[in-house]
Amino acid sequence: MTRISGRYAIVGIGDSDVGRHLGRSGMALHLEAATRAMADAGLDRSAIDGLITRPSHGTPQFNYSAVLAGQLGIEPSYFTDVALGGASSTSMIIDAVAALEAGLCTAVLCINGDAQSSRAPNRRGGLVNWIEDFERPFGMLGAPESYGLAARRHMHEYGTTSQQFGAVAVACRKHASLNPAATFRTPMTLADHQASRFVAEPFRLLDCCPVTDGAAAIVITSAERARDLAHAPVYLLGLGQGFTHSDLAYSPSMTTVAMRSAAERAYAMAKLGPQDIDLAELYDCFTYVVIVTLEDYGFCKKGEGGAFVEGGRIELGGALPVNTGGGLLSHGHASGTLLVTEGAIQIRGAAGARQVAGAETAIVSGQCGVTGINVCLILG
Amino acid sequence: MSRPIIPLANLDTKAFWDGCARGELLLQRCRSCDAYRHPPAPICSHCLSAQHEWVRVTGRGSVYTFVVVHETRVRGWEKLVPYVLAVVELEEGPRILSNIVNVAPEAVAIGMPVEVTFAELDGTTKLPVFVLREGKERRS
Repeated sequence: MTRISGRYAIVGIGDSDVGRHLGRSGMALHLEAATRAMADAGLDRSAIDGLITRPSHGTPQFNYSAVLAGQLGIEPSYFTDVALGGASSTSMIIDAVAALEAGLCTAVLCINGDAQSSRAPNRRGGLVNWIEDFERPFGMLGAPESYGLAARRHMHEYGTTSQQFGAVAVACRKHASLNPAATFRTPMTLADHQASRFVAEPFRLLDCCPVTDGAAAIVITSAERARDLAHAPVYLLGLGQGFTHSDLAYSPSMTTVAMRSAAERAYAMAKLGPQDIDLAELYDCFTYVVIVTLEDYGFCKKGEGGAFVEGGRIELGGALPVNTGGGLLSHGHASGTLLVTEGAIQIRGAAGARQVAGAETAIVSGQCGVTGINVCLILG
Repeated sequence: MSRPIIPLANLDTKAFWDGCARGELLLQRCRSCDAYRHPPAPICSHCLSAQHEWVRVTGRGSVYTFVVVHETRVRGWEKLVPYVLAVVELEEGPRILSNIVNVAPEAVAIGMPVEVTFAELDGTTKLPVFVLREGKERRS
């Protein structure tokens, strides 16, 4: 740690109003403190590219840093939530320094505190979506509905078709059939996809990744140490995080999303572009997500993702094999971590029957927030 | 609705739900830059001002996107399928997630003109939902 001693400093501070029964939400206090801290620093919010938050206990929210990024109208390149109780206040600072030292951002805003005497009790228990009162009463009850809204909009704007969604499902299943560890290995045809029932139209059953059990883990060390270990290193060549929205319904664009800035950052770090990538492991909770990711990752123009996935282009042997282990759609969910391990297996050249010949670079997508939050890795 | 999910108002959203209970669609409007916003939030994401007023809006808009929900695993809701979950773009600018009701799901299209109405949930809470506006041109 000595090499970072004295290299970073606190440049702005902001307290919200403080007292008992202020009658304001925890989020309102967080935002007040945030705007005061930025003003104190003399920094416009456009200068803030790092955001670390801790959700209010009264309304513990998913993706809280993304919610506050949306409220503050910023698109940070590094954002995360911490959950270390009373130590969060100081652990945030350490996280901020780590992110700065890593070069993931240049100015971090850390926000913490709560409306302890004014907050309503957490009547639902567990983590909530900050606007679920504006979703669940209308029957937005699961992921197919929310991603379906985006897919429908993409179809409307660009003429994307259900058959093109189906091409993604077929490719993933074909790859899974070559992966002994995959959950769903029975071959699937486009006709099978088209015959499957609607779940949240335009999504059919075979557009949706099934619920599966599974996990994956990854060990990372320095390049120096890596050279002495059992396997040839799979280097992290590029890392990029992107944000466009915490809630799709209110996103400025539903079809140009967080994948774009995440990939731009990862390409810049790796000094590579889409033309240099041998295979892609793209988060595919729904078929549509692969299509929009291919566009925003630069493999084709905006609106051409549907045509791109046709004709076997994303299958093994095609121009850009995608989800070579079967993806969430056919391999398993594991919150997308199997995509990371599959990318590494491919770079090691250890994928057996599903090996992409000569694979030297892989791009991996992790996403959430209905395409509003993306983290892109380039492995090689 | 066999098992309604009742929205829980909080310090940021109470005025919205109180408006619905009266049959009024209210949006926050920033006192600093006049931007409307939805869903309700403590600050304006355009200019960061915390000063706002609640304004009754026309309730007119058009369908921005939608899904037809055919399946759900949430108990009670399976009796309601198929239903239309839609994002409506309001004339004032903001979008609102809601339902399109009193129409066959296959008749719904992006750009279709709609207007708000209120569906009673439990005697005290009303949901803002949308119906087709007849005789209007579609836009997208």
